[in-house]
Amino acid sequence: MLEMKSRWAPYWQAAPLAIVFLIFFVLPLLVTFAVSFWTYTGYSIEPAFVGDNYATAFDKCLTSLPELCTTFRTYLSTLKFCLMVWLITLVLGFTIAYFLVFEVKSNNARLILALITTIPFWTSNVIRMISWIPLLGRNGVVNQWLLSVGLISEPLDWLLYSNFSVVLALVHLNTVFMIVPILNSMSRIDKSLVEAAYDTGATGWQTLWNVIIPLSKTGIAIGSIFVITVVMGDFISIGLMGGQQIASAGKVIEAQINALQFPIAAANAVVLLVIVLMIIWTLLRFVDIRKEL
Amino acid sequence: MTEGRSRAFYVLSAVFALYTLFLYGPTITILVLSFQGPNGGMTFPMNGVSLHWFHNLWAGIGVPNVVDALLNSLKLGLAVTLTTVVISVMAGYAFRHKFKGANLLFFTAIASLILPSIVVSLGIALEFQLFNQTIAGVGDHLVDNYVDIDNATAWTNFLGNIGIAIQDNFQTLMGLFTSGFGAHLTWTLPFGLLIMFAVFNRFNPAYEEAARDLGASSWQTFRYVVLPMIAPSLIGVALFGFTLSFDEIARSSQTVGSANTLPLTLRGLTTTVTTPVIYALGTVTTAVSFAVIGTAVLILLIVQHRRRRHGSDAGSGIA
Repeated sequence: MLEMKSRWAPYWQAAPLAIVFLIFFVLPLLVTFAVSFWTYTGYSIEPAFVGDNYATAFDKCLTSLPELCTTFRTYLSTLKFCLMVWLITLVLGFTIAYFLVFEVKSNNARLILALITTIPFWTSNVIRMISWIPLLGRNGVVNQWLLSVGLISEPLDWLLYSNFSVVLALVHLNTVFMIVPILNSMSRIDKSLVEAAYDTGATGWQTLWNVIIPLSKTGIAIGSIFVITVVMGDFISIGLMGGQQIASAGKVIEAQINALQFPIAAANAVVLLVIVLMIIWTLLRFVDIRKEL
Repeated sequence: MTEGRSRAFYVLSAVFALYTLFLYGPTITILVLSFQGPNGGMTFPMNGVSLHWFHNLWAGIGVPNVVDALLNSLKLGLAVTLTTVVISVMAGYAFRHKFKGANLLFFTAIASLILPSIVVSLGIALEFQLFNQTIAGVGDHLVDNYVDIDNATAWTNFLGNIGIAIQDNFQTLMGLFTSGFGAHLTWTLPFGLLIMFAVFNRFNPAYEEAARDLGASSWQTFRYVVLPMIAPSLIGVALFGFTLSFDEIARSSQTVGSANTLPLTLRGLTTTVTTPVIYALGTVTTAVSFAVIGTAVLILLIVQHRRRRHGSDAGSGIA
């Protein structure tokens, strides 16, 4: 009796989680895939099986080659943001994690400093972006300071609502996604390995490159997946910090939803999903994430 | 390396300090600017110090719905928090044993965490639109086939009335506490589940075995042995649940229907409001977040302190 009960227990215990993901994640993805082949009228979406939505999404993309069509340019620009933000957050996140694990000696201090880097994650992203306005605006703190020390003679316009501010905000919001997984991997490194490297004559950089980085690989991969997927699908930060003037894959989908062109938005969502999954798949080839749990 | 502090330590400390400034500097800036005088602008200099913009905010700033949006976000955040804690604990419990589909469920949770929010948001919106179209379609069908027909019976009248009721009353299933609630859960539950994994990985099953040996039922074992031990971690899950929901915007964007959450309202305000009142709103929002984080940390500290005082009586003999 007890045996029977405990054998079935995991099923009802996991059921609520499974049901939530089924209704609000799996089914929506399937619906999106299906609707990407549907047609639409002004007020409803109608079942069909047509490729029109994909054709619209890639309008003139093949015929106009080598000239890039709008869609390709948008994806290229999104990938560019991705690459820049990934590189910066990787270097920054790795450095911070390294500092916390190998340079801070007291456990309490490490915990508190780690908390300091995480707390903003629990506050509003929109507010954190708005916070840059008084700093980067035409009459903002940065311009005022640069003018006062005489480095520039008139205010810089490219500080806010520009590619620069988009990258800045994305780094600001997402470095934590790099820090935490790398910190997790790094704190599992046996310190005696590092000692051994030094004892056998390795320089600091050699130890970093040949011991610490390879052993932090899983954390780096997990952090990279987080940052890259967040930036690939971003439309809030690019919208807000780009002054709604910079295109991105996510913003295209948002615009089509606002225009009630749901099936076209769905087609674009499927394309974005495929690209993101390809990136994740590539990154997963480098590590076995299950080892980390 | 081991004697004293290396040069690397000082360089890296400086990097960390700069990063902290980068992390907090902007928020502190709007915190200060939200106390801008009545005639002050969106940036420095401060034109006096006042609570003008907070009064302005409280009065509604000519932007309706700010208070509504705040209440919406608080209510939704609370509902999401409770649900996240309960479902995460249950699932965490389940994953301690082998069950069919465990891997699939785990990878679904991870996928829900990392797939682009705009895709999830759109998917839920489409799904609910299909629900709506289906319900409206059923209503139309019932009215067409059972209202004002020859040889009507009680049964056909009943079906016809349902059809009329749907046509007259049904608008949408989409809303803050249906699609919006679900959208938030797809974001908070993976975090809750990962925390529970970390908790149960370090949990010693000997305590449960001891409880069972002493005759406790599964429920009693959970209620009186496991739950008190994992309670501090549940505060962590609750903290993630509330703050992530309270600040969520990307998955809310297409799923909350006609209601607005605070982050959505804030995003709208950035394009229309050109006074420091938006900073006042930012200060209030950040204060709510910090109050929640502070409360969580405080509870954790108290629990830890009490455990240190009363926790283990090992070695003290039979009292």
